[in-house]
Amino acid sequence: MDLQAVVDSLPRYGEPLLTTIVVTVASAAFALVVAFALGLMTSSKHLAIRTPARAFVEFIRGSSAVVQLFWFAFAMPVLLGIQFDYLIAAGIIALGLNYGAYSSEVVRGAIAAVPKGQLEAATALNLTPLQKMRLVVLPQAWPEMIPSLCAFAIMLLKASALVSIIGVMDITALAGLIGSQAGQDRLVHYSVVLVMYFILAWLIWTGMRALERKAKRGLGVDVKPVKGRLAPEVAAGGVR
Amino acid sequence: MQTGWSNETAREIFPAMWDGFIVVLQVTVVAGLIAVLLGLLVAVVQRVGHPAAGRTVNAVMQFVRNTPLLVQVLLVWTATSLYINPDWSAFAVGSAVLGVHYASYTAESYRAGIEAIPVGQWEAATALSLPTHRVWGAVILPQMMRRSTAAVANWIIAMFKEVPTLFIIGVLEMISQAQKYQGQHYTGAVEGYTIAGLLFLAASYPVAVAMRRLENRLAKSHY
Repeated sequence: MDLQAVVDSLPRYGEPLLTTIVVTVASAAFALVVAFALGLMTSSKHLAIRTPARAFVEFIRGSSAVVQLFWFAFAMPVLLGIQFDYLIAAGIIALGLNYGAYSSEVVRGAIAAVPKGQLEAATALNLTPLQKMRLVVLPQAWPEMIPSLCAFAIMLLKASALVSIIGVMDITALAGLIGSQAGQDRLVHYSVVLVMYFILAWLIWTGMRALERKAKRGLGVDVKPVKGRLAPEVAAGGVR
Repeated sequence: MQTGWSNETAREIFPAMWDGFIVVLQVTVVAGLIAVLLGLLVAVVQRVGHPAAGRTVNAVMQFVRNTPLLVQVLLVWTATSLYINPDWSAFAVGSAVLGVHYASYTAESYRAGIEAIPVGQWEAATALSLPTHRVWGAVILPQMMRRSTAAVANWIIAMFKEVPTLFIIGVLEMISQAQKYQGQHYTGAVEGYTIAGLLFLAASYPVAVAMRRLENRLAKSHY
């Protein structure tokens, strides 16, 4: 193995790294929109709103993200008679819907956890339902959601590697490509890529914790650092 | 070029998809056993092992947990097939990687279960001079199990849905089967991937509902 060859090829990771980040950020943004839409719908007291949202969430969560990725990339275009100019769009849609459906449970749970007295007080103040949601419920529910959403953001980052198998040139795809060239070693390139993902995950985690501190301080709650902290995925109660 | 859904293709591709589904179940059993047992071992080592051993295991598990399964599978498969032993099957290697990946999650759920046990239980076991294996076997593990079982089972369900990732190294699960069929018949993408999704749904939805019931019952019976 030629270490110099590996070092020389590192600059080629620039653009694919951007692709990985774009896929993660875009599908996280999409997932957040989906999560709030579905979370608010499944919290609704009207059966006609709650049922379809519930069914959609169960449908998406019941099957596999990998299968959904292939379905959106190769089955949906055939069924709808469309063609993706860039398969990255199929990847963002599939991952955003999948993690949005999971995260909608987080949104629903955090909304349900807002103390009832708060809602009664808002009603007593004659707030409209929209004002109630915007001024009373969400500001209190949001900080509670952050750790769980962080866990899903990290899972989403990991799942973003899957877009490499539908033909998007992200860092995983590039590692396989460069690694199979003469004078290169696939093992080293996969290891390099693993470290890149780990750093990205660490960045998400750090950013989210700062966000949580800020959001909680806005409510007058202080977040104390906990020793022997659990992984956010587990502390958040796992995937449900 | 294929257009729309075809019942005939669906009928034709179904047996292959079913074979793939059976492979998914087999991988789930093997990898699930690894995840359940290795996770427990990791959680116990973090508690009773030498602090340095605990820290090392924790660091490794954190790395495994925060990096993509897909790349881990590719890395280990490259290592075994090129350098270690080319005879090891994709099924075995893939199941092992999947099991270790999810052990990094189950270990944390076990740890949460152990940490939730009141400190008085440890003190009582010490006051009774119980030997270590009795402390764990008779006091800690039974209480931990009740607290961790639901969480661990949820990780196994999540793992089940990630088995198709192993298609990348040639495990003949449903994605591989659908692609094989497409390679031979130039059609079947719609039917194959739809059937794959529906088979997952049919298998995991009843389990998820049962899990939620179990969780509610455990929560009521003991907190």
